[in-house]
Amino acid sequence: MVMIFNTLLRHLREGFKNVFRNGWMSVASITSIIVSLFILGVFILLVLNVNSFADDADSMVQIKTFLSSNVEDSMREKLHNEIAAMEEVSRVTFISKAEGLRDFREQLGEEGKDLLEGYDETTNPIPDTLQVEVVEPTTVPYVASKIEQLNNKYPDQPIYKVRYGQGTTEKLFKITRAVRNIGFAFVAGLALMAMFLISNTIRVTILARRREIGIMKLVGATNMFIRWPFFVEGALIGFIGSVITVGILFIGYNQLALSVKEDITLAFHLVPLNEVGPQITVLLVGLGLLIGIWGSTVSIRRFLKV
Amino acid sequence: MSKWNTVSHRVRNQGLGRDELIEMQDVWKTYPNGTHALRGVSVKIDRNEFVYLVGPSGAGKSTFMKLIYREEIPTKGQISVNGFNIGKLKPRKIPYVRRNIGVIFQDFRLLPKLTAYENVAFALEVIEAPKKVIKKRVMEVLDLVGLKNKANRDPSQLSGGEQQRVAIARAIVNNPSVIIADEPTGNLDPETSWGIMQLLDEINFRGTTIVMATHNKEIVNSMRKRVIAIEHGHIVRDELRGDYGYDF
Repeated sequence: MVMIFNTLLRHLREGFKNVFRNGWMSVASITSIIVSLFILGVFILLVLNVNSFADDADSMVQIKTFLSSNVEDSMREKLHNEIAAMEEVSRVTFISKAEGLRDFREQLGEEGKDLLEGYDETTNPIPDTLQVEVVEPTTVPYVASKIEQLNNKYPDQPIYKVRYGQGTTEKLFKITRAVRNIGFAFVAGLALMAMFLISNTIRVTILARRREIGIMKLVGATNMFIRWPFFVEGALIGFIGSVITVGILFIGYNQLALSVKEDITLAFHLVPLNEVGPQITVLLVGLGLLIGIWGSTVSIRRFLKV
Repeated sequence: MSKWNTVSHRVRNQGLGRDELIEMQDVWKTYPNGTHALRGVSVKIDRNEFVYLVGPSGAGKSTFMKLIYREEIPTKGQISVNGFNIGKLKPRKIPYVRRNIGVIFQDFRLLPKLTAYENVAFALEVIEAPKKVIKKRVMEVLDLVGLKNKANRDPSQLSGGEQQRVAIARAIVNNPSVIIADEPTGNLDPETSWGIMQLLDEINFRGTTIVMATHNKEIVNSMRKRVIAIEHGHIVRDELRGDYGYDF
C-alpha cells in the first residue's frame, strides 16, 4: 500500500498533537519512562564502574616470589627465566633486598619512619623478590602453585615463599562477578518493568480514546491508518522520556565524577563520561523508543477488532 | 475533486443495471446472549429512496441498520449493499465499504477535541484525499448544512442542532450512496428537528438514499416517505408514503 506523503505528515502531526492533547496522561507516561530508564541508567553506570574498578584491581594482582637468603645470582637468574617462560606469565621483575626495603619505606611514608629505623643493608629483613605479573588475573592461584613446585626441582629449596593476596584475590573475583551478574539481572528486570508500566499507561490513554477510534472506523479508516498516530505518539513519548533521562543522568554523573576527582583520599576514579556516554545514550534512547512503540502497538491491537 | 467523484460513481455502478441499493433476504440476527433481534427479514431499498424505520424500542431497528454498515453480521441470510455481500465481507474490506455509507447518530458522535471543520475533514483524511480536495469539499458541505461561518468552533461551542449538522456534513462529505440515521432528531427540540429533516430531505433530493430510524410521529406523518415498521424482529408493515402508525 502506497502512503501519500500528505498522509504520512498527517500521522506525524496527529501523533505530536495527541501527546499535547492528552496532557497529564502523556506527562504520566513520560514520567514513568524517565523513572524506569533513570534507575536503569544508574545501574548501568554502577555496573560499568564496578567493572572498571574490578579490572583495575585485577591488574594490581601480582605474585610475589620471595627467595631464600642463600640463593646465588645464577640460581636466581635460572628461576627468573623459568617463570618468565610460563605461558600465563606476562612479566617478571626482580626486586633486590635493597630496593624492597626502599619501596617499603616509601609505602609507609612519614608515619612508618620509626618502624623501620635501625634497619640497614646488613640487617635488612626483606628478601630478594621476583615480582610476577600474569596475562589473565584468574590464573594467579594456578601460576603461584606452579612457581612453588619449582622447589621440588632444586634440592636447596631456593624459593622461600610465594605470596599473592591468597583469599583476598579469590574473594575479589567472586564479588566482582556477583556484582556484575546481579547488576545485569536487575537491569533486565527493570527494563521489563518499565515496559509493562508504559504499556499500561498507554492502554489507559487508548481506553480514553475508544470513542475516537470507533468514529474513525465508522468513517472508513483502515486499521493501519488508525494505528499510525498512536505509533508516532508512543515513539515520541519514549523519545522525550529517554532524552530527559539521559540529560539528568549525565549532568548528575559529571558532578559526581568531578567531586570524586577532587577528593584525593578516594583511591579510585569514575569511568569518564566521554568513554561510555554515546553508548549509554544510544541504549537508553533506543530502549525508550522501543518501550513507547511497543506499549502503544500492543495496547491498540485489541481495540481494532470489530 | 473530479477524481474523488469518479471513485464514488464507480462504486455506485457496481449495482449494475439494478435499482436496489440495499437488499436483505431472510436475514436473522441472534446475539450471543440469545436475543433474537431479527427473525427472517426480507426487504429491498432502491437508490434515492427515503425510508423511515419505525417500531417500538428493542424491535430490531438498530440491528437492521448495524447490519447495513457491517457493525454486525447476520446469523443467517444475505445482505447486499451497493453490490457487496456484507455478510461475507473480509474484515480488511470493511473500511472501503463504509466509505460509501454515511452514519448519523442520536448523540452526534463528534470528536470533542476537533473543530467543526476538522471533524468533517476527518472523514476525508481517513480516505487519504489530497489536502486541496479536503479544504474545498469540507467548506462545500459546511455551506450546505449552513455552518460555513462556524467552521472553527469546537463542538462544545455549538448547539445540539448545529452539532448534528456537523455530523451530517461528515456523513455526506464522501458522497456516500446511502445515509443511515439512527434517531437523528432524538435529542433535539421540535423546531431544530425540522431543520435537520429539511436538510436530510435536501440531501435525499440530491441523490443520496436515506434510511432513518425514528420515534418522531409528527415528522413521519407530515413529511411522508416510505415507512417500514419492525416489531419483534419482523417487518410488519411496509408502505410508500405511510404514516407513523403508533400512538407514542
